[in-house]
Formats: sequence, C-alpha cells, structure tokens
Amino acid sequence: MIEPLALLQLVNPQLPPSGTGVFVIATIVKMLIVFTIYMVGVALLTLAERKISAWIQDRHGPNRVGPSGLLQPAADGLKNFMKEETYPEAAYKPLFILAPILSFIPALTTWVVIPFGAPFPTRWGRMDLVVADLPVGFLFILAISSLGVYGIVLAGWASNNKYALLGGLRSSAQMISYEISLGLSTIPVLLLAGNVTLGAIITQQAYGGWNVVNLTIAFFIFLVAAFAETNRLPFDLPEAESELIAGYHTEYSAMKFSLFFIAEYANMVTASALMVTLFFGGYDVPFTPRDNIGPFSGWLTILSVLIFFAKLLFFLFFFMWVRWTLPRFRYDQLMSLGWKFMLPLALAYIIVIAAVVLVLDAAGITRGAMHSSILGAVNVVIVMIVFAILDHGRIISPAYGRIDAARLARLRGVAGRSPLASGGVR
Amino acid sequence: MPITVKVLDRPIEDVSYVKATLKGMALTLKHLVNPHKVTVQYPEEKWQISPRWRGTHRMLTTETGKAKCVACGLCPTVCPANCIKLVPGEDEEGNRYPLIFEIDEFRCIFCGYCQEVCPEEAIHVGRHYENAEYSREGFVYDLERLTAQTHPVCEMWDPEDPRGE
Repeated sequence: MIEPLALLQLVNPQLPPSGTGVFVIATIVKMLIVFTIYMVGVALLTLAERKISAWIQDRHGPNRVGPSGLLQPAADGLKNFMKEETYPEAAYKPLFILAPILSFIPALTTWVVIPFGAPFPTRWGRMDLVVADLPVGFLFILAISSLGVYGIVLAGWASNNKYALLGGLRSSAQMISYEISLGLSTIPVLLLAGNVTLGAIITQQAYGGWNVVNLTIAFFIFLVAAFAETNRLPFDLPEAESELIAGYHTEYSAMKFSLFFIAEYANMVTASALMVTLFFGGYDVPFTPRDNIGPFSGWLTILSVLIFFAKLLFFLFFFMWVRWTLPRFRYDQLMSLGWKFMLPLALAYIIVIAAVVLVLDAAGITRGAMHSSILGAVNVVIVMIVFAILDHGRIISPAYGRIDAARLARLRGVAGRSPLASGGVR
Repeated sequence: MPITVKVLDRPIEDVSYVKATLKGMALTLKHLVNPHKVTVQYPEEKWQISPRWRGTHRMLTTETGKAKCVACGLCPTVCPANCIKLVPGEDEEGNRYPLIFEIDEFRCIFCGYCQEVCPEEAIHVGRHYENAEYSREGFVYDLERLTAQTHPVCEMWDPEDPRGE
C-alpha cells in the first residue's frame, strides 16, 4: 500500500524525500562528496598556511611543486606515506597508535551537522545540504569536539616523553578551561534562536540579523575560545616549539604525525564553520527568505554554498593571519584569561542578553530590524566597556609594568606568609 | 661593564591588549599585501656577490695557455690551512713550473693569502660559490682544473681605496 503523503512527496520536489532507500543513498553520496572536499580542502589549507605565513614575512612560500606550489600538499602527503613509522621503546603502543585516530575522528565528525547550503529540489525530493540534520545539532558539536582532547592527552601520555606529557597536560587544562567559555558564549545564541538545530539558528539570523551584531561579545568570546580549542597561536601551548619541542606529537612520525596535523586543520575548518553558522548567518543569502523557506531552486543552492564558503575562507584566513601576528601566551596568562576574564564575562553576558530579550518580549517587539538594532545598541555599549575600560593591563597581564604600591604591599604580604620566607626551607 | 637593559616605564593601566593586537594585525596585513618580497629565487635568479668575494680558486694562464705559476713556493708557505700541495719542476731553459699543484678546497679557509702573496698574480680566489661535488676527492683541485676555471677572480682589498670605489 502506498501512503498518500509519500506519493505527494514523490511528485513535489520541495518536500523532503520519503522512504529509507533515497535517504540512505543520498546520505552516502553526501558523505563521499563532503569527505573528499574536506580532505582536499584541509590539504590545501596546509599550503595556504605556508603561503600566508610566507607573504606576511615578505617571502614567496612554496612554489616549486606544480604551478606556484599547488601540488605541495600532494608531495607532503606522499612523503608522509613513504616515511618510516617510528615507535619509541618506552611508548605504550596500543594508545600510541590509538591517539592520532582519536584526535582525527572527532575533528572530521563535527562537520556532519553543519549545513553548508540551501536545500535543492531533485526528482527524488528535497535534498538538504548537510550530511546529518540532527535535531540536537549544536549539542552534538560541543560533545564531539570535546572528545578531541583525549587524542592529545593520550598521545602525550603514551609517548612516555616528558615534553609530550607536558604538552598533553597543558592541552587538557587549556581545553577544559576554554570549553566552558565556548559553551557559555553560545547560550545567548540559543536564547535568540530558541532551538539547538543549526538550521533554526540560521533561519533566525535570516530574519533577526546576524548574531555578530546581536551578540558581539558572545562572538568575541567564541572566537577566542575557538582559537584555544583548536590549539592555534596564540594558544598553542600544547605544542609550544620553543619550550616543548613539539609538545604532544614530539614522538610521532610519518602518517601518525600527519593525522594530528590534519586534525588541527580540520578543527580549524569546523571552528570557522561554526562561527559562520552561529554568528554570520551561515549559508543565508541576504535579502531573500527563499533559501530558508522555499520554494528552492538549484541556482539558489549554488549561490548559498558560495556565500557559505566565502565566509568560511575568510575565517580560515583570519585564523592564519592571527597565528602569524600574535606571540604565544604565558601559561598563567592563558589560565587567568580563561577563568578570570572570559568565564565571568560570558556569564554576565548571558544575564544581560536574557534580560534584554525578556524586556523586548514583554514590550511586544518581535524579532526583526527593531529587535536587532536594540540588541546591537546594547552590544555597542558593552563592547565599549570591555575594550575601552576593562582592557587596561587586565585582559592579558603584561610581562612587566609598574606595580602600584598597594598591589606591591599585598604581594609582599603573600610572600611573607609563605613557608619559604618563614624559614621552612633553609 | 655590565649590560644595561632599557626598561620602559609603562604603567599597567596603559597596556591594552586589544589595541596592540589590532596594531599588530594591521602591520602583518600590510606585509601580506606588499608585493615586494625579499626572497631571491635561487637557481633562476642569483645574488650579486661582492667583488671581494673569496670563493674557490682559479689559476690564471699566459697567452700560450700555460699556468702563470713559477712554483716559487710562497703560497704553500703562507697558507694557514696548509691546503696547497706544490711540487716544483724545471724545464730545459731553467724556468721553474709546478709539476703538481693541488688545492684541497675542503681544507681551504678562503682567507685569500695565496692570492695576496703570489708574485706572478697566478693563483686567485674566485667570485664563485657553486662547488658541489659527489665525492670528497672531487674537492682536490689539480692544476688542470684550476686553469680551466673561468669564473671572475676576487679583487683584493686595496689599502689606498678601502671602500672599493
């Protein structure tokens, strides 16, 4: 027996496809396409990183393999496949082998819930441009991306190397500290969207304006926390070449090292895609609601995919730009920034935004230009407060500076109470 | 004398991380878009080396194609690295000439004393730096090889014209 609804879906390409067969085949095709583009993209990102670093330093970058160095990633990949796999004698082998896999898989998996284009109609029904349209979309990302730290910690521990262990420890401390700010910074987004599905968040931004205007501070917190989560400079303490050789992947060689490397770039892509989705309207085509509610068309899909990738590429560039500009933080700066600045700021921001949304709802202002501009005005005030007043030797404590008398006295008091001063160790 | 470190008097209240970050990023962006790059694309493009560059040796020859060297033995004597091997010979007319003249370029420290001491202006250090070889033996240049070199020779420092003008 054929259900009438299924029949309707079969003839109308604007409705999602019915039946498991179409769904399975469509998902497999989407997986293959996304995986291929993702891996090629990550490979090209390694080249882009080297090129951008070179240009920033007034160099040319790799330009020998292929036309202007385009085949360099292929050469690097080939080299990594051909290289000898080394196993340190003291390493605990099972975890040593498992660790790169553990950091690689979550990095890839997070991408599946990110919608990267408007749906398009086919003769088998509507195809969503997302590998898995999970109803818990955003929570899935938070859950999976925090798994990545296991790979790094286990790599550090299983290598049985002091530098690797220190790198792993730092990484776990850093990731746990910043995950809290990352999670809290997204709560205002959820407050506005009222839904954790990434599709719903994009739709909300299509009507209520980009969240970077609505929730500027949340965006900044998310940005900084994303840098810390992806272990990129200025938060690359787990690697810290000058202190820890290469941190957690000191003992790794060949393809296992390459997996860590790919994972770092994959994390970067995911973090950028999240920033685009949560704060920059995702794939939304401006000035038309058709990419959110239909009727859908192929051209609109292509346009929306291009818009998404343009934003994504900007953030990937931004990651590299920051990396080659800022020096690495000290460990205490990292910790105090995470716990003493970003966490209270994120909490306070949630309260402010919740209050403003509540007031606006009570005043009967619906989501739209008015709602957005009031939120934007609130944000301008908060940004001024944070960056003009709070940011004076407080966001990041400077390496040195004149200490005022009261603070000096307090520090001396702390030193006086310590067992070192009272003759405990003499 | 102790090294004095300049300490800037920078009160903590004046230190703004965000401002400094934005300034730094503007600077890196300026370099990113700057089309002038400092890299020299080596095999295609070569650096203009100094006229006083002291590289691998060259033996100058007379019009008849023979080495100018008269085997006086000054260069092996002055050579601080002891890299020149000279065995003098004498022809029927009583002119001295080198039977064996070998320079071990691996031992050579390229001080240029041999060129400076040579009364006949025969041995020279050259303005040349591409001397890769597949074996160590290849770096022992014999007389034939030294005379066959064609690269320009070093202009020694002239005390009368210290800036080389």
